[in-house]
Amino acid sequence: MKVQLLKLAHARSGDKGDTANIGLIALKPEYYPALVKEVTATRVKKHFRGICKGPVERFEIPNLGALNFLLHESLGGGGTVSLKTDAQGKTYSTALLRMEIDVPRKLFRGHRPKMAPRKKR
Amino acid sequence: MRLVEGGPLDYLVMDYLAEITMSIMQKQKSRDPRLGYAKDFLPLVEHILPRCVEKSIRIIANAGGVNPRACAEAVRGVAGKLGLSDSIRVGTVAGDDISGRLDSFLSRGVNLENMETGESMHAIRERVQSANVYFGAWPIVEALKKGANVIVTGRCTDTGLSLAPMAFEFGWKEEDWNLLAAGTVAGHTVECGAQSTGGNSLVQWQKVPLLAKIGYPIIEAFEDGTFVITKHKGTGGRVDVPTVKEQLVYEMGDPRAYITPDCVADFTTIQLRQDGKDRVRFSGIQGRPATEFYKVSMSYSSGWKAVGTLVYAWPEAYAKAKVADKVVRERLKSMGLKFEEILTEFVGVDACHGPLSGDPSPDIAEVQFRIGVRSQNRDDVERFTREIVPLVLNGPPTVTGFAGGRPKVEEIIAYWPALIPKAEVASVVEIL
Repeated sequence: MKVQLLKLAHARSGDKGDTANIGLIALKPEYYPALVKEVTATRVKKHFRGICKGPVERFEIPNLGALNFLLHESLGGGGTVSLKTDAQGKTYSTALLRMEIDVPRKLFRGHRPKMAPRKKR
Repeated sequence: MRLVEGGPLDYLVMDYLAEITMSIMQKQKSRDPRLGYAKDFLPLVEHILPRCVEKSIRIIANAGGVNPRACAEAVRGVAGKLGLSDSIRVGTVAGDDISGRLDSFLSRGVNLENMETGESMHAIRERVQSANVYFGAWPIVEALKKGANVIVTGRCTDTGLSLAPMAFEFGWKEEDWNLLAAGTVAGHTVECGAQSTGGNSLVQWQKVPLLAKIGYPIIEAFEDGTFVITKHKGTGGRVDVPTVKEQLVYEMGDPRAYITPDCVADFTTIQLRQDGKDRVRFSGIQGRPATEFYKVSMSYSSGWKAVGTLVYAWPEAYAKAKVADKVVRERLKSMGLKFEEILTEFVGVDACHGPLSGDPSPDIAEVQFRIGVRSQNRDDVERFTREIVPLVLNGPPTVTGFAGGRPKVEEIIAYWPALIPKAEVASVVEIL
C-alpha cells in the first residue's frame, strides 16, 4: 500500500553552504526498514527535481532509526548569497515528508493510517 | 537567567557567533579598537553575574568575537561596577583571528583552498573581511585550569564550549577519543539551545507544552562519558527521545565522521534511552582521533542583492502576482540591467517547497509576490529596488504591503570554508 512519509517519519533539515541536509527519522522502529528500502538517494533526487541541482548522498543511522540525506546545490548558492525565502533549507524536512512510498500492509495491522491525499498535479 | 535561577548548574555555556557576525565585528574593530565583540553579552553578564558568583556557576561564551581581550576588559568593568572584581577571574582565548596572516600563508603555499570547490584563496584575497580558525575545547580547558570563572573566546566550535568543562572536571586526556566524542555529541545536542527541548520540533508539535517559557537544555555529565539531556523543572518544552533525535540529525553530514578539532565523533554509536520525564540518557558513544587540521571560516564581499515584496488579494490573487512578476521582469530587461540571478517566489503558493507544493486553491485569499536579484554591480541592484512600489499604481489590482518602501540593497558577505594544518596556528590563553 502507498503511504505518505508524513505518517511514517519525522524530520529536521538544515544547511551547510549550498548543501541542505535532511534527517529522516522513523516514527516507530518497525517503519525503519521500509524507509531504508524505499527512500533511496535516487528517489530523493527525483523527488526534489527543480530544487536539488547536484547529487544526493544518503547515510544510514540505524541506532536512531534515521537516514541522513545531503542534497548538494539545493539552496540557490546558500546562506547569504541565496535569494530564496528558505535559504537555509529549514523547510525541506517536510518537503521530503510529502513523498509517498510502498509499505507492506502488515505494518499497519490494527490501525490504518489515513491514505495520503491525491496529488493535484 | 532562567538557567541560572531555575535549578542547579555548574557551567553556563553560550554561543554568540553566527558566521556573518565575524565580518561585522571586524568592521566595528577597525573603527574602534575597543570594539569587535558581542556587546549584548555585557548587559547579560551584569544581570546574572551576582547569582553566578554566589552559586559558583562558571560562564563560558564565545562572545569575544574578534576582540576577546576588549570583551574581557569590559566584563571586568561590569564586575567592578557590581563590586565583584575580587570574585572573578576572566579568561580569554585568542589566536583564532588569522586575518592579518593571510599573505604570509599564501607566500608559503598554505593556500586555504575552498573545501567545497578546491579553489585557492587567491581568488578572493582582496575581498576578505574576516578569517578565523575554529578552536576546540582545549584552550578553554587551559583557561579553566588557570582558575578562570568567566571565559570569553574568539571563534571556537559550539561543541568545544560544552566539551571543555567535562574534559576539565573529569580530567579527560587529549587521546580519550570515546570520551571526547561523547562530550562532543553532548555539545552538538545543546548547541542550538531549545531545539533539543521542544523548540522547532516536528514530532507531535502541537503537544509541546508551554513554548513561551521553554527550558533550555542542560547536560548532566558523568565521568564515563554517559550523560543526560534535561531541563529545569517548571520550564516549558519537552525532552524525549524523538525530540532529541531531531536535534542529533540537524546540520549533520556523514554521521560516522562528525569532525571537530577535538575528535571525530561517530553518531552511529549513540544509544538513547528515556530516563524519566524530560530526561534522555546517552551512552555507548565512540570516537576516533582528531584530524591534523583546523577548520577556517573566511568571510568576503561577494556582490549585492535586494528582495522586494507585494501582497495581492482575492480574487485571482495568484494570477495577479504572476502578472506583476512578468511586468517587473520585462522592465528590468528593457532597461538592460544585468543580474547573476533573478528569483521569483509566490509566498502562500511555492516559496518553501517549490514545485513540490502542488497547485494552490483557485480561491486562495492572498499571495505575496517576492522577487530578488543579485549582481556584482551595485547600481543595477539599486535600480531594481525602484521597480517594486510603482507596481501598486501601475500594475494588477488589489495590491498592498508596500509600506516598507523601497527594498534595501544589501552587501553579500559570502563564506569561504577551508582547512589549515594545526601547526600553523596556536591558541593564546590569558587571565585578566
